[in-house]
Amino acid sequence: MLNRFMQSRLQGLVVLTLILIILPAFLSNPFHYELATQIAILAATVVGLNLLVGFAGQISLGHAGFFGLGAYFSGIATGTYGWPSVPALVAGAIIVGIIAWIVGRPILRLKGHYLSMATLAVGFIIAIILNNERAITGGPDGMPVPAFEVFGWELSPFGTYSLFGLEISGVQAWYMFSSVILLLAVWFALNLIQSPIGRALRSVKGSEVAASVVGVDTAKYKSLVFVISAIYASLMGGLYAHFQGFITPAIASFEFSILFITMVVLGGMGSTFGVILGAVVLKLLPQVLADFQDLEHVMFGLILMLTMIFMPKGLLPTLTAAVSKRIRKKTGGEA
Amino acid sequence: MLKTMIRRAGKCAVIAAAGLMMMSAQAAEPIKIGSFLSVTGPASFLGDPELKTLEMYVEKINEEGGVLGRQLELIHYDDVGNASSARNFASRLIRSDRVDIIVGGSTTGATMAAVPLIEQAQVPFISLAGAVVITTPVKKWVFKTPQSDRMAAERILTDMKDRGITRIGLISGTGGFGSSGRTQTLEVAEQMGMEILADVTYSGSDTDMTAQLTNIRNTKGVEAVLNFGFGQGPAIVTRNYAQLGMELPFYQSHGVASDSFLELAGSSAEGLRLPASPLLVPDSLPDDDPQKEVVQNYKAEYESRWDSKVSTFGAYAYDGLMLAVRAIEEAGSTDPEAVRNALENIKGYVGVTGEFNMSPEDHNGLDADSFRILEVQNGEWKLIN
Repeated sequence: MLNRFMQSRLQGLVVLTLILIILPAFLSNPFHYELATQIAILAATVVGLNLLVGFAGQISLGHAGFFGLGAYFSGIATGTYGWPSVPALVAGAIIVGIIAWIVGRPILRLKGHYLSMATLAVGFIIAIILNNERAITGGPDGMPVPAFEVFGWELSPFGTYSLFGLEISGVQAWYMFSSVILLLAVWFALNLIQSPIGRALRSVKGSEVAASVVGVDTAKYKSLVFVISAIYASLMGGLYAHFQGFITPAIASFEFSILFITMVVLGGMGSTFGVILGAVVLKLLPQVLADFQDLEHVMFGLILMLTMIFMPKGLLPTLTAAVSKRIRKKTGGEA
Repeated sequence: MLKTMIRRAGKCAVIAAAGLMMMSAQAAEPIKIGSFLSVTGPASFLGDPELKTLEMYVEKINEEGGVLGRQLELIHYDDVGNASSARNFASRLIRSDRVDIIVGGSTTGATMAAVPLIEQAQVPFISLAGAVVITTPVKKWVFKTPQSDRMAAERILTDMKDRGITRIGLISGTGGFGSSGRTQTLEVAEQMGMEILADVTYSGSDTDMTAQLTNIRNTKGVEAVLNFGFGQGPAIVTRNYAQLGMELPFYQSHGVASDSFLELAGSSAEGLRLPASPLLVPDSLPDDDPQKEVVQNYKAEYESRWDSKVSTFGAYAYDGLMLAVRAIEEAGSTDPEAVRNALENIKGYVGVTGEFNMSPEDHNGLDADSFRILEVQNGEWKLIN
């Protein structure tokens, strides 16, 4: 029974849902809710990125570019032109998807270092455009973004709302909203991985030559997953912008791209729940270490380094492997 | 019997007195001053002296008995020059640490990212960043201590006009400081009826600006050149300017008003002018200048405490902290509304950066004259006016 549950594809989703429901018991002030919301949004982004990196075995060092584009598209469409939030999000995602498709076709022919350099360049170009088009984006000083709004109902981190007779604050509402988004993102990713597309992607990762020999259109699947992960990034970028209320080109920067990739690698490439853990750790660590002042960055680097040395497969895969090994040992001893 | 009773009563009294004293000590909770600064990262040249200044003067104020009989407690975080982490730390300061006032925000991006939150949470905030957008339009809870880039542009163009220059070649960096400065210069020039004949830019990583300068040199009618930029770019522009043998009057912005710029630019800086804080020339100020004493003290105290050169950016933090203290004293409490109102009504505070006269329409409180025009002569700053 337990075993069957462990193997089921939905067990992770159930666990994640439970965690998200129980978590508020440990959040004592609005700041914690804010952090949790940000983590959920970033986690959903890396779940998308993981499809590309973990499953298809391709690398993107420019993913913050797509995240930033989505954020700025939402910000400009709703702020400057007064669009409603949802159409802006969708339109932004479509445009980013098209851009990703156009740049993805040629650059995904590249492999290894060349691919990472090409994606790096895409990210840089986007960041530079956001920085320099002052008239549209507000330049390096950034631009304000209005609150998220659905059918005239505004979801602002500063408001108060009543839900089933309970009064909840704006950050709590955002927490719930972003939790649902994260669950949807995970659900979609899990289904995609189990689908024929997912199998094709894993075959590409295993060996591109072998995949094409057995009839997988590798170029098609690679650009498809590139587009999907870019759309993930764009949608989450848009939500992030609405939640933050103010964006600067830093969210499209190289550092941010690296942060995304680090979340994937640290959490565990190819593990959907692992990368969520990666997002949690990387977003929480700086806050936890903030009290150490001068040693903050040294400790941050040291923790990352040690994790990668002793857990090269990433946090979650290593931990689950250790746990299941123990369980097997125990049950083996009993039998 | 009676003796023991008296003894017991005495003990009780002592314990009660001790308890009372402890209670009163507890009642005087420290006043929490929150700060998020770019202490490390690309903007560390701003955040580092700012943090040092805050630490040093909070210590000093506490030694002198604190404010309203309460000690100050400085809670600070490093935003690494990243706007979204600045916002997060602002949130942490307000919601988790529950600070009474915030003095911080080294860059305009960091400040503006935190502003919506601060306005909503209604906490008085004194920003240490430059751009004019921070206090224009006026935001109820947001104040700032540095002069805006607009004032710098006004000051430079006024000085040019006094020298009979009306046609300018402008070269600016594409970073936040340079591009904001460029926009302000274009606007101010139009208002003052001056012409920008050439308008070229360079990016922060460029290592040679000869092409842009040649472009300006070949533009007919240019009478002076102005460079608005930050970091190493302006030093390179200065050196290229000398290498090209350009003779036109040359102006830099307040962004490079530091001794390290003089070292970088070397002898090619000779003759250039820029608007700057009096902090660069404390001893040449006339004795009747009200700022002279403040400026000299700050410089001496900072340099003896940290054994490093004083910088104008640290002075922004000095003024920010002193304005906060003054406002809290005036308000007689840390009630946010009262402190905010007191801040808004501060008049005639003489700081290192200038004389502050806040008003409901002006949350910066400085005028363009708080900038002094300096000229480089024999490798040193010389006060012009």
